[in-house]
Amino acid sequence: MLKFERYGIGIAKGMAVTLRNLFRHRVTTQYPEERLVVSRRIRGNQLIWKEDKCTGCATCAKTCPQGAIRVVTAPDEENNYTVINFEVDSGYCIACGLCVEACPYTALFLAYQYELARYRRRELVLDRDELALIEVTPSAYARPELEATLPRQDLLINRKE
Amino acid sequence: MANPWVHWAVFTVIGIAFVLVMVIAAIYIERRGIAYFAARVGPNRTGPFGIFQAIADAIKVLFKEMITPAQSDKLVYWLAPAVVFAPVIMAYAVIPFQNGAVLADLNIGLLFVIAISTLSTLGVFMAGWSSGNKYSMLGAMRMVAAVVSYEIPVVLAMAGVALLAGSLSLNDIVLAQQRVPFILLQPLGFLVLFLGGCAEINRSPFDLMEADSELTAGFHTEYSGMKFAMFYLGEYGEAVLMSTIIATLFLGGWQGPVLPPWLWLLVKIVLVFFTMVWTRATLPRVRIDQLMALAWKFMFPLALINLLLSGIEVLAWPQVLPLYLIPVNLAALVILVLLWSKLYRVGGGRVEV
Repeated sequence: MLKFERYGIGIAKGMAVTLRNLFRHRVTTQYPEERLVVSRRIRGNQLIWKEDKCTGCATCAKTCPQGAIRVVTAPDEENNYTVINFEVDSGYCIACGLCVEACPYTALFLAYQYELARYRRRELVLDRDELALIEVTPSAYARPELEATLPRQDLLINRKE
Repeated sequence: MANPWVHWAVFTVIGIAFVLVMVIAAIYIERRGIAYFAARVGPNRTGPFGIFQAIADAIKVLFKEMITPAQSDKLVYWLAPAVVFAPVIMAYAVIPFQNGAVLADLNIGLLFVIAISTLSTLGVFMAGWSSGNKYSMLGAMRMVAAVVSYEIPVVLAMAGVALLAGSLSLNDIVLAQQRVPFILLQPLGFLVLFLGGCAEINRSPFDLMEADSELTAGFHTEYSGMKFAMFYLGEYGEAVLMSTIIATLFLGGWQGPVLPPWLWLLVKIVLVFFTMVWTRATLPRVRIDQLMALAWKFMFPLALINLLLSGIEVLAWPQVLPLYLIPVNLAALVILVLLWSKLYRVGGGRVEV
Protein backbone atom coordinates (compact mmCIF):
# COMPACT_ATOMS: atom_id res chain seq x y z
CA MET A 1 0.00 0.00 0.00
CA LEU A 2 2.75 2.44 0.91
CA LYS A 3 4.70 3.33 -2.18
CA PHE A 4 7.74 5.25 -1.07
CA GLU A 5 8.41 6.92 -4.40
CA ARG A 6 6.04 9.74 -3.51
CA TYR A 7 7.16 10.39 0.04
CA GLY A 8 10.19 12.56 -0.41
CA ILE A 9 12.38 9.71 -1.59
CA GLY A 10 13.01 11.65 -4.80
CA ILE A 11 14.27 14.61 -2.77
CA ALA A 12 16.57 12.32 -0.81
CA LYS A 13 17.91 10.81 -4.02
CA GLY A 14 18.61 14.24 -5.49
CA MET A 15 20.36 15.37 -2.32
CA ALA A 16 22.52 12.23 -2.46
CA VAL A 17 23.51 13.03 -6.05
CA THR A 18 24.66 16.55 -5.20
CA LEU A 19 26.43 15.25 -2.12
CA ARG A 20 28.37 12.76 -4.24
CA ASN A 21 29.37 15.63 -6.53
CA LEU A 22 31.10 17.30 -3.57
CA PHE A 23 33.73 14.56 -3.49
CA ARG A 24 34.17 14.09 -7.22
CA HIS A 25 36.94 15.57 -9.28
CA ARG A 26 36.05 19.07 -10.50
CA VAL A 27 35.06 19.12 -14.16
CA THR A 28 36.24 22.70 -14.79
CA THR A 29 39.62 22.97 -16.45
CA GLN A 30 41.70 25.74 -14.87
CA TYR A 31 42.91 26.59 -18.33
CA PRO A 32 46.17 28.53 -18.33
CA GLU A 33 47.53 26.56 -15.37
CA GLU A 34 45.96 23.24 -16.19
CA ARG A 35 45.95 21.83 -19.71
CA LEU A 36 44.28 18.63 -20.66
CA VAL A 37 45.58 16.13 -23.16
CA VAL A 38 43.34 16.71 -26.14
CA SER A 39 41.92 14.14 -28.49
CA ARG A 40 44.45 12.46 -30.76
CA ARG A 41 42.24 13.29 -33.74
CA ILE A 42 41.90 16.99 -32.84
CA ARG A 43 41.30 19.30 -35.79
CA GLY A 44 43.86 21.80 -34.61
CA ASN A 45 43.85 25.29 -36.04
CA GLN A 46 47.14 25.19 -37.89
CA LEU A 47 47.85 23.54 -41.19
CA ILE A 48 51.05 21.54 -41.61
CA TRP A 49 52.38 21.32 -45.14
CA LYS A 50 55.01 18.86 -46.31
CA GLU A 51 56.81 20.47 -49.21
CA ASP A 52 58.44 17.29 -50.43
CA LYS A 53 55.13 15.48 -50.82
CA CYS A 54 53.15 18.33 -52.36
CA THR A 55 52.70 18.19 -56.12
CA GLY A 56 50.83 21.45 -56.41
CA CYS A 57 47.60 19.80 -57.55
CA ALA A 58 45.63 22.40 -55.55
CA THR A 59 42.92 19.93 -54.52
CA CYS A 60 43.15 21.45 -51.05
CA ALA A 61 42.58 24.94 -52.40
CA LYS A 62 39.52 23.77 -54.36
CA THR A 63 37.98 21.97 -51.42
CA CYS A 64 38.55 24.75 -48.91
CA PRO A 65 35.13 26.30 -48.15
CA GLN A 66 36.78 29.48 -46.92
CA GLY A 67 39.22 29.91 -49.77
CA ALA A 68 41.97 30.20 -47.22
CA ILE A 69 44.55 28.24 -49.21
CA ARG A 70 46.39 29.70 -52.17
CA VAL A 71 48.61 27.51 -54.30
CA VAL A 72 50.87 29.08 -56.94
CA THR A 73 52.43 26.74 -59.46
CA ALA A 74 54.57 27.24 -62.53
CA PRO A 75 56.72 25.19 -64.90
CA ASP A 76 60.47 25.33 -64.24
CA GLU A 77 63.32 25.32 -66.78
CA GLU A 78 62.80 21.63 -67.61
CA ASN A 79 59.08 22.28 -68.00
CA ASN A 80 58.25 20.43 -64.73
CA TYR A 81 55.24 21.39 -62.64
CA THR A 82 56.57 23.01 -59.45
CA VAL A 83 55.05 24.74 -56.46
CA ILE A 84 56.07 28.36 -56.33
CA ASN A 85 54.11 29.27 -53.24
CA PHE A 86 51.72 27.67 -50.81
CA GLU A 87 49.93 30.21 -48.68
CA VAL A 88 47.38 29.49 -45.93
CA ASP A 89 45.46 32.09 -43.97
CA SER A 90 44.70 30.51 -40.58
CA GLY A 91 42.58 33.54 -39.75
CA TYR A 92 39.97 32.30 -42.20
CA CYS A 93 40.49 28.60 -41.48
CA ILE A 94 37.47 27.02 -39.81
CA ALA A 95 39.39 23.82 -39.03
CA CYS A 96 36.96 21.68 -41.00
CA GLY A 97 39.74 19.40 -42.15
CA LEU A 98 38.43 19.02 -45.70
CA CYS A 99 41.80 19.90 -47.24
CA VAL A 100 43.50 17.19 -45.18
CA GLU A 101 40.88 14.64 -46.20
CA ALA A 102 41.12 15.69 -49.84
CA CYS A 103 44.89 15.74 -50.21
CA PRO A 104 45.78 12.75 -52.44
CA TYR A 105 49.48 12.79 -51.50
CA THR A 106 49.21 13.10 -47.67
CA ALA A 107 51.08 16.37 -47.81
CA LEU A 108 48.68 18.16 -45.47
CA PHE A 109 48.05 17.58 -41.75
CA LEU A 110 46.09 19.42 -39.14
CA ALA A 111 48.10 20.36 -36.07
CA TYR A 112 47.91 18.75 -32.67
CA GLN A 113 47.45 22.15 -31.00
CA TYR A 114 44.67 24.57 -30.13
CA GLU A 115 46.38 27.86 -29.30
CA LEU A 116 46.84 30.23 -32.22
CA ALA A 117 46.19 33.70 -30.83
CA ARG A 118 48.11 36.50 -32.57
CA TYR A 119 48.09 40.26 -32.28
CA ARG A 120 47.85 40.94 -36.04
CA ARG A 121 45.76 39.24 -38.68
CA ARG A 122 48.77 39.33 -40.97
CA GLU A 123 50.65 37.06 -38.57
CA LEU A 124 48.13 34.32 -39.27
CA VAL A 125 48.95 34.23 -42.98
CA LEU A 126 51.81 31.80 -43.50
CA ASP A 127 53.53 31.30 -46.84
CA ARG A 128 55.71 28.46 -48.07
CA ASP A 129 58.83 29.38 -46.14
CA GLU A 130 57.03 30.17 -42.91
CA LEU A 131 55.05 26.92 -43.16
CA ALA A 132 58.30 25.03 -43.50
CA LEU A 133 59.60 26.64 -40.29
CA ILE A 134 56.69 25.92 -37.92
CA GLU A 135 57.32 23.12 -35.47
CA VAL A 136 54.00 21.56 -34.54
CA THR A 137 53.08 17.93 -34.01
CA PRO A 138 50.64 16.72 -36.66
CA SER A 139 47.27 15.49 -35.46
CA ALA A 140 45.92 12.07 -36.39
CA TYR A 141 42.87 13.60 -38.02
CA ALA A 142 42.30 11.70 -41.29
CA ARG A 143 45.78 10.22 -40.75
CA PRO A 144 45.04 7.14 -38.58
CA GLU A 145 48.63 5.89 -38.90
CA LEU A 146 49.72 8.74 -36.59
CA GLU A 147 47.42 7.74 -33.76
CA ALA A 148 50.00 5.48 -32.12
CA THR A 149 52.44 8.37 -31.74
CA LEU A 150 50.08 10.57 -29.71
CA PRO A 151 49.00 10.26 -26.06
CA ARG A 152 45.49 9.21 -25.11
CA GLN A 153 42.94 11.92 -24.40
CA ASP A 154 42.46 12.91 -20.78
CA LEU A 155 39.13 14.05 -19.29
CA LEU A 156 38.77 15.59 -15.83
CA ILE A 157 35.59 13.63 -15.27
CA ASN A 158 37.55 10.37 -15.53
CA ARG A 159 40.09 11.47 -12.94
CA LYS A 160 40.06 10.04 -9.47
CA GLU A 161 40.85 12.15 -6.47
CA MET B 1 28.91 45.52 31.67
CA ALA B 2 28.45 48.33 34.12
CA ASN B 3 27.69 51.23 31.84
CA PRO B 4 24.67 50.52 29.66
CA TRP B 5 25.93 52.90 26.96
CA VAL B 6 29.23 51.06 26.68
CA HIS B 7 27.29 47.82 26.49
CA TRP B 8 25.04 49.28 23.81
CA ALA B 9 27.92 50.64 21.75
CA VAL B 10 29.99 47.45 21.95
CA PHE B 11 27.17 45.16 20.95
CA THR B 12 25.89 47.43 18.20
CA VAL B 13 29.33 47.40 16.62
CA ILE B 14 29.63 43.64 17.16
CA GLY B 15 26.18 43.05 15.67
CA ILE B 16 26.71 45.13 12.55
CA ALA B 17 30.22 43.77 12.01
CA PHE B 18 28.93 40.24 12.52
CA VAL B 19 26.17 40.70 9.94
CA LEU B 20 28.49 42.23 7.33
CA VAL B 21 31.25 39.68 7.79
CA MET B 22 28.79 36.80 7.83
CA VAL B 23 27.12 38.10 4.66
CA ILE B 24 30.46 38.12 2.87
CA ALA B 25 31.21 34.65 4.23
CA ALA B 26 27.73 33.48 3.23
CA ILE B 27 28.15 34.73 -0.33
CA TYR B 28 31.47 32.91 -0.52
CA ILE B 29 30.08 29.71 0.96
CA GLU B 30 27.07 29.86 -1.33
CA ARG B 31 29.00 30.43 -4.55
CA ARG B 32 31.73 27.93 -3.81
CA GLY B 33 29.25 25.50 -2.30
CA ILE B 34 26.87 25.53 -5.26
CA ALA B 35 29.83 25.16 -7.60
CA TYR B 36 31.10 22.18 -5.63
CA PHE B 37 27.68 20.55 -5.58
CA ALA B 38 27.72 20.84 -9.37
CA ALA B 39 31.30 19.47 -9.59
CA ARG B 40 32.54 22.89 -10.69
CA VAL B 41 35.19 25.06 -9.04
CA GLY B 42 33.45 28.38 -8.40
CA PRO B 43 35.15 31.77 -8.00
CA ASN B 44 38.80 31.13 -7.13
CA ARG B 45 40.72 33.99 -8.72
CA THR B 46 40.38 36.92 -6.29
CA GLY B 47 42.68 36.29 -3.39
CA PRO B 48 43.51 32.88 -1.94
CA PHE B 49 40.72 30.44 -2.88
CA GLY B 50 38.68 33.39 -4.13
CA ILE B 51 37.73 34.63 -0.67
CA PHE B 52 37.74 38.25 -1.83
CA GLN B 53 35.21 37.64 -4.60
CA ALA B 54 32.34 39.21 -2.64
CA ILE B 55 34.48 42.27 -1.86
CA ALA B 56 35.48 42.60 -5.51
CA ASP B 57 31.82 42.38 -6.50
CA ALA B 58 30.93 45.03 -3.93
CA ILE B 59 33.58 47.40 -5.30
CA LYS B 60 32.36 46.78 -8.84
CA VAL B 61 28.77 47.47 -7.89
CA LEU B 62 29.74 50.65 -6.02
CA PHE B 63 31.02 52.19 -9.23
CA LYS B 64 27.97 51.27 -11.24
CA GLU B 65 25.38 53.78 -12.32
CA MET B 66 22.21 53.94 -10.28
CA ILE B 67 19.26 53.98 -12.60
CA THR B 68 15.87 55.30 -11.52
CA PRO B 69 13.05 54.45 -13.91
CA ALA B 70 10.99 57.41 -15.13
CA GLN B 71 7.73 55.73 -14.11
CA SER B 72 8.91 54.95 -10.59
CA ASP B 73 7.71 56.37 -7.30
CA LYS B 74 11.03 58.02 -6.45
CA LEU B 75 10.86 58.25 -2.66
CA VAL B 76 9.61 54.71 -2.14
CA TYR B 77 12.04 53.46 -4.75
CA TRP B 78 14.95 54.97 -2.83
CA LEU B 79 13.71 53.86 0.58
CA ALA B 80 13.02 50.23 -0.26
CA PRO B 81 16.62 48.86 -0.14
CA ALA B 82 17.16 50.32 3.33
CA VAL B 83 13.84 48.93 4.54
CA VAL B 84 14.92 45.50 3.33
CA PHE B 85 18.36 45.58 4.92
CA ALA B 86 17.82 47.42 8.22
CA PRO B 87 15.60 44.75 9.89
CA VAL B 88 18.28 42.12 9.38
CA ILE B 89 20.75 44.09 11.49
CA MET B 90 18.04 45.01 14.00
CA ALA B 91 17.12 41.39 14.59
CA TYR B 92 20.65 40.68 15.78
CA ALA B 93 19.96 42.82 18.82
CA VAL B 94 18.45 39.81 20.59
CA ILE B 95 20.69 37.00 19.35
CA PRO B 96 22.90 35.78 22.20
CA PHE B 97 26.52 35.14 21.19
CA GLN B 98 27.22 33.51 24.53
CA ASN B 99 25.57 33.47 27.93
CA GLY B 100 24.33 37.02 28.43
CA ALA B 101 26.41 38.39 25.55
CA VAL B 102 23.49 40.05 23.81
CA LEU B 103 22.64 43.67 23.02
CA ALA B 104 19.19 43.50 24.64
CA ASP B 105 17.99 40.36 26.39
CA LEU B 106 14.34 41.11 25.69
CA ASN B 107 11.84 38.89 27.45
CA ILE B 108 9.90 38.89 24.18
CA GLY B 109 13.01 38.22 22.07
CA LEU B 110 11.41 35.62 19.84
CA LEU B 111 8.44 37.85 19.12
CA PHE B 112 10.84 40.70 18.32
CA VAL B 113 12.75 38.54 15.85
CA ILE B 114 9.56 37.42 14.10
CA ALA B 115 8.14 40.94 13.93
CA ILE B 116 11.35 42.57 12.74
CA SER B 117 12.34 39.95 10.18
CA THR B 118 8.89 40.07 8.61
CA LEU B 119 9.33 43.82 8.17
CA SER B 120 11.72 43.32 5.27
CA THR B 121 8.81 41.93 3.25
CA LEU B 122 7.42 45.46 3.35
CA GLY B 123 10.63 46.69 1.76
CA VAL B 124 10.33 44.07 -0.93
CA PHE B 125 6.79 45.11 -1.70
CA MET B 126 7.81 48.77 -1.71
CA ALA B 127 10.53 47.93 -4.23
CA GLY B 128 8.19 45.97 -6.44
CA TRP B 129 5.42 48.52 -6.32
CA SER B 130 7.54 51.63 -6.82
CA SER B 131 9.51 50.25 -9.75
CA GLY B 132 6.58 50.75 -12.10
CA ASN B 133 7.31 47.45 -13.77
CA LYS B 134 5.01 44.48 -14.11
CA TYR B 135 7.73 41.93 -13.38
CA SER B 136 8.74 43.71 -10.20
CA MET B 137 5.11 43.95 -9.15
CA LEU B 138 4.45 40.28 -9.82
CA GLY B 139 7.58 39.28 -7.93
CA ALA B 140 6.61 41.45 -4.97
CA MET B 141 3.05 40.05 -4.96
CA ARG B 142 4.40 36.53 -4.97
CA MET B 143 6.74 37.43 -2.14
CA VAL B 144 3.92 38.79 -0.01
CA ALA B 145 1.69 35.81 -0.79
CA ALA B 146 4.51 33.42 0.12
CA VAL B 147 5.38 35.23 3.34
CA VAL B 148 1.74 35.31 4.44
CA SER B 149 1.58 31.56 3.85
CA TYR B 150 4.88 30.72 5.45
CA GLU B 151 4.90 33.01 8.42
CA ILE B 152 2.12 31.08 10.17
CA PRO B 153 3.78 27.63 10.19
CA VAL B 154 7.11 29.25 11.02
CA VAL B 155 5.67 31.12 13.98
CA LEU B 156 3.83 28.00 15.14
CA ALA B 157 7.07 26.01 14.97
CA MET B 158 8.81 28.73 16.99
CA ALA B 159 5.95 28.70 19.49
CA GLY B 160 6.65 25.01 20.13
CA VAL B 161 10.19 25.93 21.12
CA ALA B 162 8.92 28.70 23.35
CA LEU B 163 6.62 26.16 25.03
CA LEU B 164 9.47 23.78 25.75
CA ALA B 165 11.78 26.51 27.01
CA GLY B 166 9.07 28.30 28.95
CA SER B 167 10.38 31.66 27.78
CA LEU B 168 10.43 33.94 24.76
CA SER B 169 13.89 35.28 25.56
CA LEU B 170 16.42 33.79 23.17
CA ASN B 171 19.05 33.56 25.89
CA ASP B 172 16.69 31.54 28.08
CA ILE B 173 15.82 29.32 25.12
CA VAL B 174 19.50 28.57 24.59
CA LEU B 175 19.98 27.95 28.32
CA ALA B 176 17.04 25.53 28.26
CA GLN B 177 18.91 23.45 25.67
CA GLN B 178 21.71 22.73 28.13
CA ARG B 179 20.76 19.04 28.35
CA VAL B 180 19.54 18.28 24.85
CA PRO B 181 19.07 20.54 21.79
CA PHE B 182 15.47 21.03 20.78
CA ILE B 183 16.01 19.51 17.35
CA LEU B 184 15.85 16.10 19.07
CA LEU B 185 12.77 16.92 21.12
CA GLN B 186 10.98 18.66 18.23
CA PRO B 187 12.22 17.29 14.92
CA LEU B 188 8.90 18.11 13.30
CA GLY B 189 9.14 21.75 14.35
CA PHE B 190 12.67 21.87 13.01
CA LEU B 191 11.53 20.52 9.64
CA VAL B 192 8.73 23.07 9.40
CA LEU B 193 10.98 25.94 10.46
CA PHE B 194 13.70 24.89 8.03
CA LEU B 195 11.29 24.65 5.08
CA GLY B 196 9.57 27.87 6.06
CA GLY B 197 12.91 29.56 6.58
CA CYS B 198 14.08 28.56 3.12
CA ALA B 199 10.86 29.98 1.72
CA GLU B 200 10.93 33.14 3.75
CA ILE B 201 14.39 34.15 2.63
CA ASN B 202 13.26 33.27 -0.90
CA ARG B 203 15.89 30.74 -1.79
CA SER B 204 15.30 27.91 -4.17
CA PRO B 205 13.40 25.65 -4.27
CA PHE B 206 11.11 28.48 -3.13
CA ASP B 207 12.71 31.37 -5.01
CA LEU B 208 9.83 32.15 -7.30
CA MET B 209 9.70 35.78 -6.20
CA GLU B 210 12.78 36.40 -8.26
CA ALA B 211 12.45 33.48 -10.64
CA ASP B 212 14.82 34.68 -13.36
CA SER B 213 13.24 32.61 -16.08
CA GLU B 214 9.78 34.08 -15.48
CA LEU B 215 10.19 37.50 -13.86
CA THR B 216 13.65 38.67 -14.98
CA ALA B 217 14.70 39.28 -11.39
CA GLY B 218 11.44 39.81 -9.52
CA PHE B 219 11.20 42.84 -7.28
CA HIS B 220 14.72 44.11 -7.91
CA THR B 221 14.51 44.07 -11.70
CA GLU B 222 14.90 47.84 -11.94
CA TYR B 223 17.57 48.24 -9.31
CA SER B 224 21.22 48.72 -10.10
CA GLY B 225 24.39 49.90 -8.45
CA MET B 226 24.53 50.21 -4.70
CA LYS B 227 20.77 49.88 -4.27
CA PHE B 228 20.90 46.48 -5.86
CA ALA B 229 23.84 45.66 -3.58
CA MET B 230 21.65 46.56 -0.61
CA PHE B 231 19.07 44.02 -1.77
CA TYR B 232 21.82 41.48 -2.24
CA LEU B 233 23.13 42.25 1.22
CA GLY B 234 19.63 42.04 2.63
CA GLU B 235 18.94 38.73 0.96
CA TYR B 236 22.08 37.10 2.31
CA GLY B 237 21.65 38.87 5.62
CA GLU B 238 18.22 37.30 5.92
CA ALA B 239 19.68 33.93 5.02
CA VAL B 240 22.27 34.30 7.76
CA LEU B 241 19.62 35.55 10.17
CA MET B 242 17.38 32.58 9.44
CA SER B 243 20.35 30.23 9.94
CA THR B 244 21.11 31.99 13.22
CA ILE B 245 17.51 31.67 14.40
CA ILE B 246 17.40 27.98 13.51
CA ALA B 247 20.77 27.43 15.19
CA THR B 248 19.63 29.29 18.29
CA LEU B 249 16.18 27.74 18.60
CA PHE B 250 16.90 24.16 17.62
CA LEU B 251 20.62 23.45 17.66
CA GLY B 252 21.45 24.85 21.07
CA GLY B 253 22.85 28.24 20.02
CA TRP B 254 26.17 28.89 21.70
CA GLN B 255 26.02 25.71 23.80
CA GLY B 256 28.72 23.17 23.15
CA PRO B 257 31.79 21.52 24.63
CA VAL B 258 35.47 22.52 24.30
CA LEU B 259 35.18 25.39 21.79
CA PRO B 260 34.30 28.93 22.93
CA PRO B 261 30.56 29.68 22.78
CA TRP B 262 30.65 32.29 19.98
CA LEU B 263 32.57 29.82 17.82
CA TRP B 264 29.94 27.17 18.45
CA LEU B 265 27.25 29.58 17.32
CA LEU B 266 29.28 30.36 14.20
CA VAL B 267 29.80 26.68 13.42
CA LYS B 268 26.10 25.98 13.78
CA ILE B 269 25.12 28.96 11.61
CA VAL B 270 27.48 27.82 8.86
CA LEU B 271 26.14 24.28 9.17
CA VAL B 272 22.51 25.39 8.74
CA PHE B 273 23.42 27.75 5.92
CA PHE B 274 25.36 25.01 4.18
CA THR B 275 22.31 22.75 4.35
CA MET B 276 20.30 25.55 2.73
CA VAL B 277 22.91 25.84 -0.01
CA TRP B 278 22.71 22.08 -0.45
CA THR B 279 18.94 22.12 -0.92
CA ARG B 280 19.28 25.09 -3.25
CA ALA B 281 21.86 23.28 -5.35
CA THR B 282 19.65 20.21 -5.58
CA LEU B 283 16.00 21.05 -5.87
CA PRO B 284 14.31 22.78 -8.81
CA ARG B 285 11.97 25.71 -8.28
CA VAL B 286 8.39 24.90 -7.25
CA ARG B 287 5.35 26.47 -8.91
CA ILE B 288 3.34 29.14 -7.07
CA ASP B 289 0.38 26.79 -6.46
CA GLN B 290 2.73 24.08 -5.24
CA LEU B 291 4.28 26.59 -2.85
CA MET B 292 0.87 27.61 -1.49
CA ALA B 293 -0.23 24.00 -1.21
CA LEU B 294 2.95 23.06 0.64
CA ALA B 295 2.48 25.92 3.06
CA TRP B 296 -1.23 25.55 3.79
CA LYS B 297 -1.82 21.82 3.41
CA PHE B 298 1.47 20.38 4.57
CA MET B 299 3.38 22.68 6.87
CA PHE B 300 0.47 24.44 8.54
CA PRO B 301 -1.28 21.28 9.86
CA LEU B 302 2.02 19.71 10.80
CA ALA B 303 3.03 22.84 12.71
CA LEU B 304 -0.31 22.77 14.55
CA ILE B 305 0.13 19.09 15.42
CA ASN B 306 3.68 19.82 16.54
CA LEU B 307 2.41 22.56 18.80
CA LEU B 308 -0.25 20.20 20.20
CA LEU B 309 2.30 17.46 20.82
CA SER B 310 4.73 19.76 22.58
CA GLY B 311 1.87 21.21 24.61
CA ILE B 312 0.88 17.73 25.78
CA GLU B 313 4.49 16.87 26.55
CA VAL B 314 5.03 20.01 28.58
CA LEU B 315 1.77 19.43 30.47
CA ALA B 316 2.59 15.80 31.21
CA TRP B 317 6.16 16.44 32.38
CA PRO B 318 6.13 20.00 33.74
CA GLN B 319 9.65 19.87 35.19
CA VAL B 320 12.06 18.08 32.85
CA LEU B 321 11.18 16.26 29.66
CA PRO B 322 12.37 12.63 29.83
CA LEU B 323 14.90 11.60 27.21
CA TYR B 324 12.82 8.70 25.88
CA LEU B 325 10.65 11.35 24.21
CA ILE B 326 13.39 11.74 21.59
CA PRO B 327 12.65 8.46 19.74
CA VAL B 328 8.93 9.05 20.26
CA ASN B 329 9.16 12.46 18.61
CA LEU B 330 11.31 11.16 15.79
CA ALA B 331 8.75 8.41 15.16
CA ALA B 332 6.00 11.05 15.21
CA LEU B 333 7.93 13.04 12.60
CA VAL B 334 8.31 10.06 10.26
CA ILE B 335 4.69 8.90 10.65
CA LEU B 336 3.20 12.36 10.24
CA VAL B 337 5.30 13.27 7.20
CA LEU B 338 4.44 9.95 5.53
CA LEU B 339 0.78 10.35 6.39
CA TRP B 340 0.63 13.90 5.12
CA SER B 341 2.40 13.09 1.88
CA LYS B 342 -0.41 10.54 1.38
CA LEU B 343 -3.10 13.13 2.06
CA TYR B 344 -1.38 16.00 0.36
CA ARG B 345 -2.27 16.71 -3.23
CA VAL B 346 -1.14 19.70 -5.24
CA GLY B 347 -3.94 21.86 -6.58
CA GLY B 348 -6.76 20.19 -4.67
CA GLY B 349 -8.34 18.79 -7.84
CA ARG B 350 -8.83 22.19 -9.47
CA VAL B 351 -5.47 22.70 -11.11
CA GLU B 352 -4.24 20.15 -13.59
CA VAL B 353 -0.87 18.84 -12.49
